[in-house]
Amino acid sequence: MNAETVNTPKVIVRDLNFYYGNYRALQDINLDIAEKMVTAFIGPSGCGKSTLLRTFNRMYQLYPKQKATGQIMLDGRNVLDPKQDLNMLRAKIGMVFQKPTPFPMSIYDNIAFGVKLYESLSRYEMDERVEWALKKAALWGEVSDKLKQSGTSLSGGQQQRLCIARAIAVKPQVLLLDEPTSALDPISTAHIEKLIDELKKEFTIVIVTHNMQQAARVSDYTAYMYLGDLIEFGDTSTVFTNPKRKETEDYITGRFG
Amino acid sequence: MKSTLLHQARLKQQIWLDMLFRGLTRLSAFGVLALLLAIIASLVIGSMPAIEAFGFHFLVSDEWNPVTDEYGALVPIVGTLVTSGIALLIAIPVSFGIAIFLTELSPRVLRRPLGIAVELLAGIPSIIYGMWGLFVFAPLFADHFEPWINDHIGTLPMLGPFFAGPPMGIGILTAGIILAIMVIPFIASVMRDVFEVVPPMLKESAYGVGATTWEVVMKIVLPFTRIGVVGGIMLGLGRALGETMAVTFVIGNAHELSKSLLMPGNSISSALANEFTEAVGELYTSALIELGLILFFITFVVLSLARLMLHKLGKGEGQTT
Repeated sequence: MNAETVNTPKVIVRDLNFYYGNYRALQDINLDIAEKMVTAFIGPSGCGKSTLLRTFNRMYQLYPKQKATGQIMLDGRNVLDPKQDLNMLRAKIGMVFQKPTPFPMSIYDNIAFGVKLYESLSRYEMDERVEWALKKAALWGEVSDKLKQSGTSLSGGQQQRLCIARAIAVKPQVLLLDEPTSALDPISTAHIEKLIDELKKEFTIVIVTHNMQQAARVSDYTAYMYLGDLIEFGDTSTVFTNPKRKETEDYITGRFG
Repeated sequence: MKSTLLHQARLKQQIWLDMLFRGLTRLSAFGVLALLLAIIASLVIGSMPAIEAFGFHFLVSDEWNPVTDEYGALVPIVGTLVTSGIALLIAIPVSFGIAIFLTELSPRVLRRPLGIAVELLAGIPSIIYGMWGLFVFAPLFADHFEPWINDHIGTLPMLGPFFAGPPMGIGILTAGIILAIMVIPFIASVMRDVFEVVPPMLKESAYGVGATTWEVVMKIVLPFTRIGVVGGIMLGLGRALGETMAVTFVIGNAHELSKSLLMPGNSISSALANEFTEAVGELYTSALIELGLILFFITFVVLSLARLMLHKLGKGEGQTT
């Protein structure tokens, strides 16, 4: 398959294959992620969209027998290069998961945790950074008077925004969102979607979602995946209104999946 | 008509059975409380003669002389606390290492055999630890380690006096080390169990902001599991404080207060085990029973301190309301 290119690529994926042991879960993926845009991965369960996302920050490496081959270029360097420093990579590429995962510490410390790993800020600078991240995540107004409280005391939607704030506090370049609203109610989901729209002014965002309407609402580019193959990639309005491939049309019109 | 009557009769029987069951469960629960109070009461009554004879002095006197009927509990109290302290000092870091290795670092094939080995270690009867300590460990310790300790630590300015003394193999330090070996499987297996229930996604999010394994363990896994970890340590401490047989074998059973950890000493439980059979006279028996009461009290205080510590730790994490 030819490379699916965009004008200003931030991440360039070439000939990416992924294996769980002997099982090949991704097959020759080629695709570009546009800078400061939102790219959505959609497809039925088990199609490899989360797997693809987890290769970007090499999260799969925590587990034995999982490996990726090919290239994922970020700023001219291959993420999959064994010499790539994992901690520095993960400072550049933040991630938010399906379920909110606040750390067992105060709201303030949840944000400061990641920042402390890379920068030594003064008390004042750290206060400013925490406030900045919480404001970016549209959570400051709700928690500014209870920063010392436990992160686990917040509601589900607030916890997820806390996790987003934690991810952006490190000032990453790319933000990976793995079904970030799948555990949330509709109101919290709307909050997060609005937030994604704001965040793309500063960050390159990749979102995995099983909700096609969500992909249509928030993304600029959409990649449809099926059984480990990238079936179609293009700007979101084209993919949803005028898909090139029959399989994509079947999926988005709900005839399948 | 007949069937409803039957039905009603059965219902009545059910209600009666329910009440019986509730009564039985209540009896069991309060039975435990009654038993506890009865044990405390009998210990207090049994130790009254000694309390009347020595009063508070019993706690601070290192005299223990059955011939003149003079008794003080300082030596066994210090022995119990110091041996348990040494045991925890060694056992906590080792158990932590075992648990982290088994949950985070070990290759999958090694996890089960190593985990089972740790649990088997917990099942070894304490008398075997005692025998092994006396016949195998103590001579080895006396020949190879204590001379080294004498030469290298025993000559230090501040620490020196605690590690000076003849290399006999048995003594407070040996008892502490044997206790450490005995409590490691308890602490390690509890720690491993609680580390295993940390949600993978929580660990992944910490790795996701760029934390190393060490940072994930210290800042995420440990705080998340702190109640279980402290619980495991308390389980180990409880066993160390009360352990009788293994300690009796290797502690030396000397009623002398010595600064050096290499010298023989005594612990409350081994004093009781050794001397109950030869305790003649009311005051001697009563002094031993008072020792038992003190051990009971120490355990109670330790458990309360653990609760307090958990409460304090909870505050560090931020209020939960």
